[in-house]
Amino acid sequence: MPISTSYLSDIKVKAEKAKEKKAVFGPDIDLSRYTQHIERGRIESLENLSQQAKEAAIMTGINIKEELRSGSYFQIDQSVVYESLNKAYEGKLEIMSTTDALNRYDWLEDYYWKAVPVDQDKYTAQAALNMTHGYFIRVFPHQKPQYPVQSCLLVAENYVSQNVHNIIIVEEGAELQVITGCTLSKSGAEGIHLGISEFYVKKGGKLFFTMIHNWADNFHVRPRTWAVIEDDGSFVSNYVLLKPVKSIQAFPVAYLKGDRASAKFNTVVYGLKDSYIDLGSRIILEGKDTRGESIARTIAADESVIYARGDLVAKTRDYCLAHLDCRGIVFSNKAKIYAIPQLVSDGALKAELSHEASIGPIAEEQVEYLMSRGISKDDAVSAITTGFLNLDIPFIPEFLDKNIKEVIAATAKEAL
Amino acid sequence: MKNMLKVQDLWVSVGDRKVLKGVNFSMEYGEIHTLFGPNGAGKTSFMMTLMGFPKYRVEQGKIYFKGEDITGKDVHERAHLGLGISFQRPPTVRGVTLKKMIEIIADKELIKEEISETVKKLNLSGHLDRGLNDGFSGGEMKRSELLQLMVQRPDMVLIDEPESGVDIENIALVGEAINTLLGKDKVKDQKRGAIIITHTGYILDFVNTDKGYIIIDGNLVCGGNPRDILSEIKKHGYRRCVECR
Repeated sequence: MPISTSYLSDIKVKAEKAKEKKAVFGPDIDLSRYTQHIERGRIESLENLSQQAKEAAIMTGINIKEELRSGSYFQIDQSVVYESLNKAYEGKLEIMSTTDALNRYDWLEDYYWKAVPVDQDKYTAQAALNMTHGYFIRVFPHQKPQYPVQSCLLVAENYVSQNVHNIIIVEEGAELQVITGCTLSKSGAEGIHLGISEFYVKKGGKLFFTMIHNWADNFHVRPRTWAVIEDDGSFVSNYVLLKPVKSIQAFPVAYLKGDRASAKFNTVVYGLKDSYIDLGSRIILEGKDTRGESIARTIAADESVIYARGDLVAKTRDYCLAHLDCRGIVFSNKAKIYAIPQLVSDGALKAELSHEASIGPIAEEQVEYLMSRGISKDDAVSAITTGFLNLDIPFIPEFLDKNIKEVIAATAKEAL
Repeated sequence: MKNMLKVQDLWVSVGDRKVLKGVNFSMEYGEIHTLFGPNGAGKTSFMMTLMGFPKYRVEQGKIYFKGEDITGKDVHERAHLGLGISFQRPPTVRGVTLKKMIEIIADKELIKEEISETVKKLNLSGHLDRGLNDGFSGGEMKRSELLQLMVQRPDMVLIDEPESGVDIENIALVGEAINTLLGKDKVKDQKRGAIIITHTGYILDFVNTDKGYIIIDGNLVCGGNPRDILSEIKKHGYRRCVECR
């Protein structure tokens, strides 16, 4: 049964009221510029994608042959072009567009716009009023698919506003890995991606989420993410941005609602050209014995501006522990990094919150140390830089991992 | 025999400060020399200049290594020619693990088993996945430095204060590692040349060296049997060396 129309109407009313509401952070975007709407047909296999789309998808970790994947979801602009589920996981895992899920499950009322506030700003409002699909992934209780689900949200045309709403539900005792690639197939495309993501990790569940963003010079991105984690649940989020972007602003939240729940954010950002990057993570520790960790590694090159935010908010009256580690390297005298860690104890008498934040150049002393072992200056710089950004993300194809390291190394060589 | 290392009238500055003032020095292949001197006399400056660190600016003089003039060569070129260094206080490089470093610098002729054996012997198996010197104790740093040199296999090593920051228990282990590195523990092993800086002389209880020198105010003031020199220093300090110049 579809979700109730009255609930959907309430959402629309709230969204209408927030249509002009500016976001707290990041430059304000005129959404009226992005009105292009393109409907596309389905494809039988990811092999049938255009060469350009395939190449772009591969660079974000998508396996076109779907090897070592539990399932796939592929969206181009506003259309869902492909969904698949590995037969081995039928009845254990489901993957479909959020639009289909809303038409099928009335109980989605308990999840849809229940974590992310629909009236947070004009971007959440736009996503609610003009939603263009997004993925719905649900892993059934106590199921643990061996391989990750892959999803790709690709923009192929100019002046598109891709407004996706993603929902992941990890049921009790289940585990899931997801790799999401968000990318452009046209490097010069101008447009915006609005991504609402609501993740629910039930008791004892585990969600390991990796997102790779490959955007370009004229593209704006405004993701809005909340993960709600119940008792003994855990959530790991890896985020990688190594290509230029006109502007991106996101402040994902992990809400540790249950006791002994944990969350970890790993963020790797390489600011290039005149990218405006405002990224953070917030962990709310409400359950007892909750644990949080947020690690950010940022490099600002060229004329890029990076805001690296991190909030740890303790609300439990019991013990909780969280640490924030934010480090940056500035490669250019025209680049900027703002590291903004914030620790909040809201009457949390037993909370242990800590942070370390640092910004500095690559120390000449470190480079010379490596050189004294017979390593050339270029190789020394790239070893230090790649090591600095290295996250060792599982299930990323080896060639992609290598490519990420090469991108870092190529820019790093020009930095000293 | 040709000199392994020859230094002629070497004048070096760091910023506006002259740190070496006309040093002349030479050593033959496979020899081990010890350098003594008070704090700030120029011992580390001499070593860093030999290795080619850019902060140490050569104003005058020449450095020849294995017959080649290396005065104008940079640090990594000198390492490629066969010079290696063990730092007194190596920097922390968080992003590069000890394991990664070993993979990059290991002599290609070395087999994996030999490397693993060396790692075990130096009690560093638990440190392989840690960033270089990240949270290492004094002894661990020294052992890590020596491990890197053992896999790099240079022809000559410069070892700066191997006993500093190392507890008494670990000095023997460091001494043993230096002997292995220098090829002293097996008759058939390749003999490496070395200059060892020591402040306290403790390391001489474990490592035999051929000659000793005292450096005072940026110059070598005397040379001789290292044990005799150490004994003199223990009795009279460096005061007499200053008078003796």
